Amino acid sequence: MGLKSTLHNLKEKYKGTKMAPAFNALHTFLYLPNETTHNGTHIKVADDLKRTMNIVIMAMVPCLLFGMFNAGYQHFSALGTPVEFLSWDAFYIGLIKILPLVIVSYGVGLAIEFLFAVINKHEVEEGYLVTGMLVPLIVPIDTPLWMLAVAVAFGVVIGKEVFGGTGMNILNPALTIRAFLFFAYPTWMSGDKVWVHGAVERDQMIAAGEKLDAISGETILGTLAQGKEVVYSLSDMFYGFIPGSVGETSTLLILLGGLFLIFTKIGSWRIMLSSTIGALVMGLIFNGLVSADIISEGSKFYGLMSTTFWHHLLIGGFAFGTVFMATDPVTASQTNKGKWIYGFLIGFLSIMIRVFNPAYPEGVMLAILLMNVMAPTIDHYVVQGNVKQRMKRLKVKNA
Amino acid sequence: MGLLSKKDANLILDPLADNNPITIQVLGICSALAITAELKASLVMAISVIFVMGVGNVVISLMRNIIPSKIRIIVQLIVVATLVIIVDLVLKAFAYELSKTLSVFVGLIITNCIIMGRFEAFALANGTWRSFLDGIGNALGYGVILIIVGFFRELLGSGTLFGIPVLGDPIAKTGLYATGYENNGFMIMPPMALIVVGIIIWVQRSRNKALIED
Repeated sequence: MGLKSTLHNLKEKYKGTKMAPAFNALHTFLYLPNETTHNGTHIKVADDLKRTMNIVIMAMVPCLLFGMFNAGYQHFSALGTPVEFLSWDAFYIGLIKILPLVIVSYGVGLAIEFLFAVINKHEVEEGYLVTGMLVPLIVPIDTPLWMLAVAVAFGVVIGKEVFGGTGMNILNPALTIRAFLFFAYPTWMSGDKVWVHGAVERDQMIAAGEKLDAISGETILGTLAQGKEVVYSLSDMFYGFIPGSVGETSTLLILLGGLFLIFTKIGSWRIMLSSTIGALVMGLIFNGLVSADIISEGSKFYGLMSTTFWHHLLIGGFAFGTVFMATDPVTASQTNKGKWIYGFLIGFLSIMIRVFNPAYPEGVMLAILLMNVMAPTIDHYVVQGNVKQRMKRLKVKNA
Repeated sequence: MGLLSKKDANLILDPLADNNPITIQVLGICSALAITAELKASLVMAISVIFVMGVGNVVISLMRNIIPSKIRIIVQLIVVATLVIIVDLVLKAFAYELSKTLSVFVGLIITNCIIMGRFEAFALANGTWRSFLDGIGNALGYGVILIIVGFFRELLGSGTLFGIPVLGDPIAKTGLYATGYENNGFMIMPPMALIVVGIIIWVQRSRNKALIED
């Protein structure tokens, strides 16, 4: 008996029982459901929620694979025994460190989704598929698995299920999970030790009295925030051969993923473009402040403010956040004009927080979460503005 | 309860659960968010509010027939303020460290909506004994939530209860910390208090269907 018929039989067997949604979900996840709606007029489209989610995941797979290679590459470079980037040695480290992150993220998240579906007696929504993939890509590689599990449980329950599940959430669940990790366990989420596999462990071994050299994997933003010279070249930043969260280092692959999303009309080009513009504008303002001598070299903001404005696009999580998280259709603005404002402010605030936040030199996470909260308000005023304009037109016509 | 009639007993028991000032009426949230990072502070805050509300309700109830209704809010404020200053001075005298932790929030008991609310809604219209029970009941309802929130926040955020380590030593890595467990720093921040209160409300409402609003 094949998998399809097994699943189908299971589904039939549990029909009408409490567990029905769980088996329905397993069946729909792999195969097209054969139930169709029988009355009413319908527009037939091929891209259901599941397919939409799959396309976003496909856009992220290159980042994930690159992250695996990069994890090992950074690890061995930091140890002083560099290996080829595209080598099995590099990939192996990434595989054994990142695969568990992916498994925990999906395991815990989907378990909670299934649980809530069974309790609330609704079908399992596919909403977690993208979140589950985003989460391992935006955490530092050595994040302990239990922390990730706690954070995923928190993010899915508090960030999504309490609002009513997929499509009802105010905040992006993946970012909620990351924000929880960031505020709850800051020692694992920021600083110069967490971005390269083995650095924390090595530190503990040194603390325990072993004679080893400390390794550090400071991110470029961390280096700049301290006003030090960056050792990575621009092309390294663009291709992504730099330390950072698992999947966000390669601007090139993110760019390709973004183009893929725009081409398939899943991601909004308006948000991506306006966010980039916002970041550039803020970067230019800071550069202007520096060249007008308002910010002198001694200032603690000098390092990040004097960074050439377009370099901001290449470093940190900005590109990843803009392409994969700001464009989340549930939490972003819905109106086209709203999308421009929403995106612009994300870029603008990202760079602002990046420069001014003393504790953690990255702002894209907080900027997107803040704008997620603002998005309904933006939409409200855009819609009201439109209504007002039409009313005016109506009056002119009638007069 | 032999001491109290059923009606009187309900004055104390209702606010503990089905008419809880924090989780049902959503009053007094401000202090519940601010001082619940430690169990000790929550407990002292709860006791202070029990004192202020019990005595305050009695005083207002005694004066209810002579307070001109136009200036009743001011009279109420003066009563609360007097009681709060007593609490504040007692804390400063006998528990100075704690009064520093509670800082401005002892003074802010004056603005605690639960107190003014009970004065207005109950003490001005009821006898002394019933007002006393009502005050104690509502303050207990407030205190219970404070202590529950304080318990979880201190246990998960600092790994201690009343300042005593219960999960082991986070620096020497003993007890639970030896397995890689770490304190959740988010728990100590005020936003988490909001979420913990929210979870309590969630649990309470899902157990008691009568409380669910549309």
